[in-house]
Amino acid sequence: MSTATVEVPALPEVHYLNVNYGWRSWLFTTDHKRIAWLYLVSITFFFVVGGVAATLMRLNLIEPQGSLVEPATYNKLFTVHGLIMIFFFLAPAVPTVLGNFAIPIVIGARDVAFPKLNLLSWYLFIAGGGVFLYAVISGGVDTGWTFYTPLSTTYVNTNVLSAAMGIFISGFSSILTGLNFAVTIHKMRAPGMTWFRLPLFIWSMYAASLIFILAMPVIAITMVLIMLERIFHVGIFDPALGGDPILFQHLFWFFGHPEVYILILPSMGVISELVAAFSRRRVFGYSFVAFSSVAIAVISFLVWGHHMFVSGQSIYAGLVFSALSFAVAIPSAVKVFNWTATMYQGSVSYDAPMLYALGFIGLFTIGGLTGLFLASMAADIHLHDTYFVIAHFHYIMVGGAVMGYLGGLHYWWPKMTGRLYPETWARLSALIIFVGFNLTFGPQFILGYLGMPRRYAVYPPEFQALNVLSSAGASILAVGYVIPLIYMIWSLRYGPIAGPNPWGAKGLEWETSSPPPTHNFHETPIVTEEAYAYGARQEAHVA
Amino acid sequence: MLIFPLKPQQASTFSVAWDHLFYFLTAITVFFSALIFAAIFIFAIKYRRRSKDEIPRQIEGNLKLELIWTIIPALLCVVMFVWASRLFIENSIPPAASTEVFVVAKQWMWKVQHPEGPREINDLHVPVGVPIKLTMTSEDVIHDFAVPAFRIKRDVVPGMYSTEWFEATSTGRFHLFCDQYCGMGHSHMVGWIDVMPQDEYARWLTSQMQAEPMAAAGQKLFNQLGCDSCHAQTGPKGPSLRGIVGQTIRMQNGQTRLVDDAFLREAIIDPQPIAGYPNVMPTFQGQVSEDQILQLIAYIKSLGGPPERKGTKP
Repeated sequence: MSTATVEVPALPEVHYLNVNYGWRSWLFTTDHKRIAWLYLVSITFFFVVGGVAATLMRLNLIEPQGSLVEPATYNKLFTVHGLIMIFFFLAPAVPTVLGNFAIPIVIGARDVAFPKLNLLSWYLFIAGGGVFLYAVISGGVDTGWTFYTPLSTTYVNTNVLSAAMGIFISGFSSILTGLNFAVTIHKMRAPGMTWFRLPLFIWSMYAASLIFILAMPVIAITMVLIMLERIFHVGIFDPALGGDPILFQHLFWFFGHPEVYILILPSMGVISELVAAFSRRRVFGYSFVAFSSVAIAVISFLVWGHHMFVSGQSIYAGLVFSALSFAVAIPSAVKVFNWTATMYQGSVSYDAPMLYALGFIGLFTIGGLTGLFLASMAADIHLHDTYFVIAHFHYIMVGGAVMGYLGGLHYWWPKMTGRLYPETWARLSALIIFVGFNLTFGPQFILGYLGMPRRYAVYPPEFQALNVLSSAGASILAVGYVIPLIYMIWSLRYGPIAGPNPWGAKGLEWETSSPPPTHNFHETPIVTEEAYAYGARQEAHVA
Repeated sequence: MLIFPLKPQQASTFSVAWDHLFYFLTAITVFFSALIFAAIFIFAIKYRRRSKDEIPRQIEGNLKLELIWTIIPALLCVVMFVWASRLFIENSIPPAASTEVFVVAKQWMWKVQHPEGPREINDLHVPVGVPIKLTMTSEDVIHDFAVPAFRIKRDVVPGMYSTEWFEATSTGRFHLFCDQYCGMGHSHMVGWIDVMPQDEYARWLTSQMQAEPMAAAGQKLFNQLGCDSCHAQTGPKGPSLRGIVGQTIRMQNGQTRLVDDAFLREAIIDPQPIAGYPNVMPTFQGQVSEDQILQLIAYIKSLGGPPERKGTKP
């Protein structure tokens, strides 16, 4: 894999992983790279828990009457799956693992702006996750991840309070991480690293950080309001107490829709890095891709009402939200076109991270386009709350965000560990994930069009064939996720030494050793060129 | 089990218009997905890396292309927005000649009342070719009345009335689903819409002999609860309700309110003082069920009044 160098690369003598040992050196570390590892281990654990819940759901849905669990248990499974995947896996995945590891190195800094705050974020995340797991183990929660009122405040008897408390606590972790990254990107860039020389990953992470800071307080407040109504019967949401159930939906989705862009924007940034590195090309239309991230972050705060077209919201509000939802689709489309154009006349390699990136572009395209159905007020009437919605957002969240995370993890893995993973296995698992994913969620578009409602533990028999197909696909998908888990652990000890720049990629992170020293660079780098400066610059080409 | 449908039944006037929009959106999705997939495959193969140290010619970008792939999708979005919004607005207004049916949802069943009296559970009998307007509320949590074959769906929210309407175009039995997660028995909150030929429906209505029309049941309640002591005729404590439906009245706080279903429900549950009358009406919250409120409203409406305004406000 190594380029240009012929001699066998060796690990540096001292690097951030071997500089000191013992549990204290990890649990009290303020090194952003070690904190990234703390998160990697934690979110992998949560991914497994959420994945087990999903597996049980798919098993149950093989038969119309439910082959495995009672409806009450099924309801807990989808609630736990949704909450864990959203709050304890996807939201932290790219930012806290890849962002924590890469942002300071990519911008040429020694660490993030507030290293101790960074460690505190992880402890808050673990505290929130711990409280949430307590809620799961001590009986579970069955409100759905959306906590709709008055169901969640008055009617269910499960552990709503501890689940809400877990999310409340972990929300602070996200807020602090967003704050830390935003300040780091503002203040810690190496000399010469101007805003328009930043790799696009940084632009995306910056946009996502702003959403973290602005949206997470809203969900924290909403969780507090739920607890107030549940404990003290303060009439906020339950009409029987004088509250308004629709108010909850406004609050929840005012957080909830920016939240989905928190999940996808960081992965979009990763894809920009991957497509550039494995096409050896500057990202086509750099400034358009950069500003599209900012545009998405801004508009994402103004589209929440598209979750409420059939909920009793006024038609006029619906019209505005529908129009703005179409508006947020445009910058996403611009990104897809630019990524694709980056490959044009490039030097495209098929390394595993690139396969994930190509998978991302294809699946995100389908996910984005099917989002237009749901932004269309009339089309949403029939499709709302059906499997069509499930399929749509899994194409974005799994086909998009998870593929981006896995692609980025493979891309930076040699930098994080100093070692390469087995390339053939990696390509194979990328392919298995792509096929398994489409088999799992493709049929769900049809199920939704046929009218199968979401969150059904049992269903009419006419939906069985497509459900069996979906469950079969899920088993392939599961295999695709287990393989990387195995070979990546294997590579920690047995992987070939990577060398500083196994991909022949541009970027400050590839100029330091793999793994980097604790302070990333022996000398502060000075940036003199734009991002992705592959080859000599040429005049803008007009086709 | 190997054979499964790819298309839902099409059994209402709206489902035809809805499907046209759906086909258009599907065509757009297929076209752009194919475009991107084809471009990725062609570029990945044609421009594959041929030597380890290959450095391709660099291209900065192209303003003309950026504008093209911003403006064309934007224009298509405008078309989708206008089409879908118009269809939504048209569909939100029930025809004036609609037959009314009342739905009360609770964990985990659908209770239906016909004005003529018949009550049903998890079943709704309707005539074909007649617009049906549903006025719906919930006794507990939020539910959702969805009929895939009609392409209709509307949340049923406690504390308020929501409405939806349909006109069935073919007879048969069609699934009714609760589409808003409502707790443990959510997936069992399934019923049927029985669309019958009009004459058969008329026979079905009359065969439900035990049924008492909603207005008659409402009148009994009206006297039982003592509503008549203040509202039988206009007196010092309250106005006569004869002809009040559809009128605009002035509240003590200066607001004017249209007397419709939603207002009447609120006036029973959470009465606000009306201009010219003392603030003496008690709340009946907890004393009347949602079904009974609908009967009271049916009775008050039967007292006459200007014809209800076309449609309901959004």
